[in-house]
Amino acid sequence: MNALCRVYYNNDSTLNNDSILNTITMATTMPSKKRIELNKTLTGIRGLDEITNGGLPQGRCTLLTGGPGCGKTVLALQILVDGAKNGEAGIFVAFEEDAKRIVTNAATFGWDLPDLENKELFFLDGKPRPEDIWAGDFDLTGLLAMLKAKSDQISAKRIVFDSIDVLLSLLDNPKAERRELFRLNDWLVSNNMTGIVTCKNNDSGLSGLDYKDFMQYMVDCVIQLTHEMEDRVAHRSLRVVKYRGSGFYSGEVTLLLGEKGAEIIAFPEKSEDQLATSARVSSGVPRLDSMLGGGYYRGSAILLSGAPGTSKSTLCGIFMSAACERGERCLYVSFDESVSEIVRNLMSVNIDLIKHVQSGLLHIESIRSSLAGTEEQVGNLRKLIELYQPQCFVIDPLSAIVHSEGDSRRRMPEKILTLTKSNGITLLCTSLLGNGGDSLNEETGIQISAVADTWIHISYSILGGERNRALSIIKSRGSEHSNQVRELIIDAQGITLADVYQSNGEVLMGTARWQKEQAEIAAEQLLLANVEYKRRVIELAQNEVNARVEILQVDLAVKQKELELLLATEATRLGHIDTTRDELWSKRSGDDSQPSMPHGQ
Amino acid sequence: MNTLNIRPKQNEVFNISSHVFHLYIAGESANSVLAQRNIKVFCDNHYGNDYQLKLIDVLLSPEQAWNDGVTATPMLLRISPLPQVKMMGNLSDKEQLSNVLI
Repeated sequence: MNALCRVYYNNDSTLNNDSILNTITMATTMPSKKRIELNKTLTGIRGLDEITNGGLPQGRCTLLTGGPGCGKTVLALQILVDGAKNGEAGIFVAFEEDAKRIVTNAATFGWDLPDLENKELFFLDGKPRPEDIWAGDFDLTGLLAMLKAKSDQISAKRIVFDSIDVLLSLLDNPKAERRELFRLNDWLVSNNMTGIVTCKNNDSGLSGLDYKDFMQYMVDCVIQLTHEMEDRVAHRSLRVVKYRGSGFYSGEVTLLLGEKGAEIIAFPEKSEDQLATSARVSSGVPRLDSMLGGGYYRGSAILLSGAPGTSKSTLCGIFMSAACERGERCLYVSFDESVSEIVRNLMSVNIDLIKHVQSGLLHIESIRSSLAGTEEQVGNLRKLIELYQPQCFVIDPLSAIVHSEGDSRRRMPEKILTLTKSNGITLLCTSLLGNGGDSLNEETGIQISAVADTWIHISYSILGGERNRALSIIKSRGSEHSNQVRELIIDAQGITLADVYQSNGEVLMGTARWQKEQAEIAAEQLLLANVEYKRRVIELAQNEVNARVEILQVDLAVKQKELELLLATEATRLGHIDTTRDELWSKRSGDDSQPSMPHGQ
Repeated sequence: MNTLNIRPKQNEVFNISSHVFHLYIAGESANSVLAQRNIKVFCDNHYGNDYQLKLIDVLLSPEQAWNDGVTATPMLLRISPLPQVKMMGNLSDKEQLSNVLI
């Protein structure tokens, strides 16, 4: 099935008006004499035009089958209303419900039927009344003549026969019933009316003609609707069973009956390749950014996994807060908390989201995960993304919306990722994982772990009677990342990541880490004191030596002075001797030469 | 849909007959022809001359048929006596016809 649809999407990359144009131009350039052109009528229903490659066959009959509550009437009416709004008048022939009640019911979708009614939209109440008496064979000739007159008058292009089986089963004659169905089909084709005929499944085992079975061969397009419970959640789906002369997506798609009517959740198998950017966005925790080599990649998908209470939501909150600080539009979708709870809880760890909500940058949406099926939730997420066009997007937790095992569980994360990646949105989603040894086993987690670009796991580490949070990066595509386990600490100031200690082969966290830290600080302080003490001792010794040096210097100076005094005295004495001797010589006046100096001067 | 407007007024001519029927037919289709014959036979047998049958061809006056709430043809409408009775089909079910109209 997958291979088939891929072929379709590969052939027609854009499945809208362009592809119809292509078909037409292809047809006109075909060399054959007989040109076969299949014109299509856009239904205006989101998704339906895509999977049918451009709408329902124009001027032909489409069969809409399904059990009760499948949305047959809504779908048919919506196609009619869309035509009426776009200038294609239509007639609704109601065999099952009162026309008035249909108009009232449609008001819940905001379609303004009273405005269109009797101008572009006509209702014919054909519901058999209990007081009516059925006596013998009848036919649709009269009805079709009336409808022909009406459609000529208003130039109707579309017509709906809602639950044709209700009327025709009154014939109680399979042969006659088949005859009237042929008559109806011929009439539609010959009048070039785009017809939609709805009928129930004949699953109840009632005798008589199986309308669905019979009409499937007659009409050109068959759309099957189903309504079933999937894990206690109602799930409507739609499948194009056949479409003569046209390619179509043959897989089952989800039909949503939302506030504005029916919508089909169909995702192309292949998304357009977005240019990968190397720009980074901050996680809001500086230390985590550096562990990741600069933050998350913009436009990537990040998975935060962990046991309950490992503060995944807090990391989401701080990511949102940081993004809003940068001025980016953010969307926070929570499946397990209400908006006020999120705001309050994050406020307690100093993350203020209120101001960002008020500034309009952040939108927080709380969706009850149990209310809708997986596909429907994906549809809801798509609507929210389109409405708020966020740059950063949080889904908390993604695992909450996967109800069922199997295919949808496997493909759902892919669909969301296709959605965010094609829009360049940075997606942070959380997933609940057990804390056992198998917590990293992909079988236990949802499959996003395989498609996510960055996977951060937070686990509990229980040691010494304490439960501490350990954060590690399991993978981060395309970037260097730390292999270190960090302790995640959350307090009233916010989030911090602390180093963990290795001691005797065990990782220390929490109080143990604190104790270790304190012990290290004490040891350091002891060391410092020791150094100080030794310094003082040496200084003291130095001072002592200096003092001694000072005393000796004084001594030295004294000795110097003594010496100087001695010399001075001696000089004086010698001078005196000289003088006296000279005087003596002069008095003696006998010798010529003077006697040599005793001091050698 | 709204059958009030075809209820005969007091002074209208077919009030003379005690049995007044409208038969909506679709041209010369087999069922229409059959229905005409069946009701005529029935009325002749049961009411003698005391009945009036008005034929309305949906192919010729589709708007009236639309307003009168015709869905399947042929359709017989008993205007008088009251209560109004609506019968669908070619009226070949004689037993049903007798049960309802007598």
